[in-house]
Amino acid sequence: MLISLDPEVVTITLRTLEISLSSTLFGTLISIPLGGIIYFKTFKGKRVLINVIQTLYSLPTVLVGLLVFLLLSNEGPLGSLELLFTPGGMIIGQTILILPIVTGFTIIALSGVKDEIRDLAFSLGSSEFQTLRAIMREAKYALLGAVILGFGRAISEVGVAMMIGGNIRGFTRVITTTMALETSKGNVELSISLGMILLMIALAISVILNLIQEKK
Amino acid sequence: MNSNRKMILAIIAVIVVVAIGAYALYGNFGPKEELKIATTTSLEDTGLLEELEAAFESKNPNVDVQFVAVGTGQALEYGRKGDVDLVMVHAKAQEDKFIEEGYGINRTVFAYNYFYIVGPASDPAKINGTNATTAFKNIMTSGTADPSLVSFVSRGDNSGTHTREIQIWNKTGADYNSSIRGQPWYIETGKGMGDTLTLANQKNAYTLSDSGTYLAFKGNLTLVPLVTQGKDLLNIYSMIPLNTTKFPNTNSADADKWIAFVMSDEGQKIFEEYGKAKYGQTLFTPLAGQPEPTN
Repeated sequence: MLISLDPEVVTITLRTLEISLSSTLFGTLISIPLGGIIYFKTFKGKRVLINVIQTLYSLPTVLVGLLVFLLLSNEGPLGSLELLFTPGGMIIGQTILILPIVTGFTIIALSGVKDEIRDLAFSLGSSEFQTLRAIMREAKYALLGAVILGFGRAISEVGVAMMIGGNIRGFTRVITTTMALETSKGNVELSISLGMILLMIALAISVILNLIQEKK
Repeated sequence: MNSNRKMILAIIAVIVVVAIGAYALYGNFGPKEELKIATTTSLEDTGLLEELEAAFESKNPNVDVQFVAVGTGQALEYGRKGDVDLVMVHAKAQEDKFIEEGYGINRTVFAYNYFYIVGPASDPAKINGTNATTAFKNIMTSGTADPSLVSFVSRGDNSGTHTREIQIWNKTGADYNSSIRGQPWYIETGKGMGDTLTLANQKNAYTLSDSGTYLAFKGNLTLVPLVTQGKDLLNIYSMIPLNTTKFPNTNSADADKWIAFVMSDEGQKIFEEYGKAKYGQTLFTPLAGQPEPTN
């Protein structure tokens, strides 16, 4: 199964990558600036906010699925967009799912940068923007780690994919929902092969990350 | 340092290109019309819908048929919200209510088969050769006496099969909610037919299954069909498109085309033939042009 590369398995794998990478992209575009703002600004309730974000790391995928379902359903506030049971709807769900974890780990990544660098940049006469860039650059590996973590959560989840996507063959069926379906049909071999494919994707991503770090 | 930054930029660029490229390839922006159908797992698990879909789409290349397979209860809920264009279900009481409430119109019955009461070949509750109500009574009596010997696995998910199961329990004179649910010999899975059959097989328990799913899964099961006929086990499938008065945006044109196709000679022939090669017998009996069977 793995070797013969069944065209349906290939399509499902590409679709899974498409959806999870898009969610990771949108999640990152929102979360890293958001995490940066929370880290750099001092405001009332910051501690509470960080606590809330950390609590949401455990956001159940099924809960996100249900909330986004109600949002996108024909009767819901965004029903007119007709995104329920589409890849677009799944991307919205997965993006929401990974926002807390990427935002939280962005804050952690920035906290790891030594204060001296911030002070040094300022004392050398950097503008606020240049200082920000210096700090971001210093934290880039940890930030990349946050993105990988978000991607990992997006590609491995099944709750949103099942509830928002509906597991429609040839349209919203992804690796995890196919595994759930095939297992329920008793096709254990196919499910295991798909699980291996998912892990290989994760491995590829992790190798790329390590290559970047070694280049340093 | 610069090579690092270039590398990161390159990766970001790759992600963007893949995301955009994949959108162009698989995205939801094509000129195709989508026909969304909420269907029961018992129809999808047999593999018959794939064949129907392929035949329909080759005739209507601009229509993309999309199945969301859930239990009958949930399929009708999707219909009530207007999230699909058509439902294909099998629980007449629930269907009648759906139509009475004005969500759907023109219920069309298209095929039928029978529910099977399946169980271990040793048949510890002695139901072989009885009818549905007697079988359920025997299971209840033997299960109450020794739950480790006799147990019953239920879908417990408000599906068409579960609805039928409750009807049969109530016919035995026992009250479903007070004297069946929660008993040590009564196990609810909350899952689809395939999962429920697999679980019943693991536990050597009895269960109620539509015959189509049972035959499709037979190869993986040691359970055997013990009671397979009678009015109480008749399983009629129907299609209900959404009511356009209530849901003006529903894709009723393609839903009508789908119904016409399923009821056409070509569509009905698929029901008549499907399964012969794979399972040695047909899974469904087509119903076009016939009255709804009563026995």
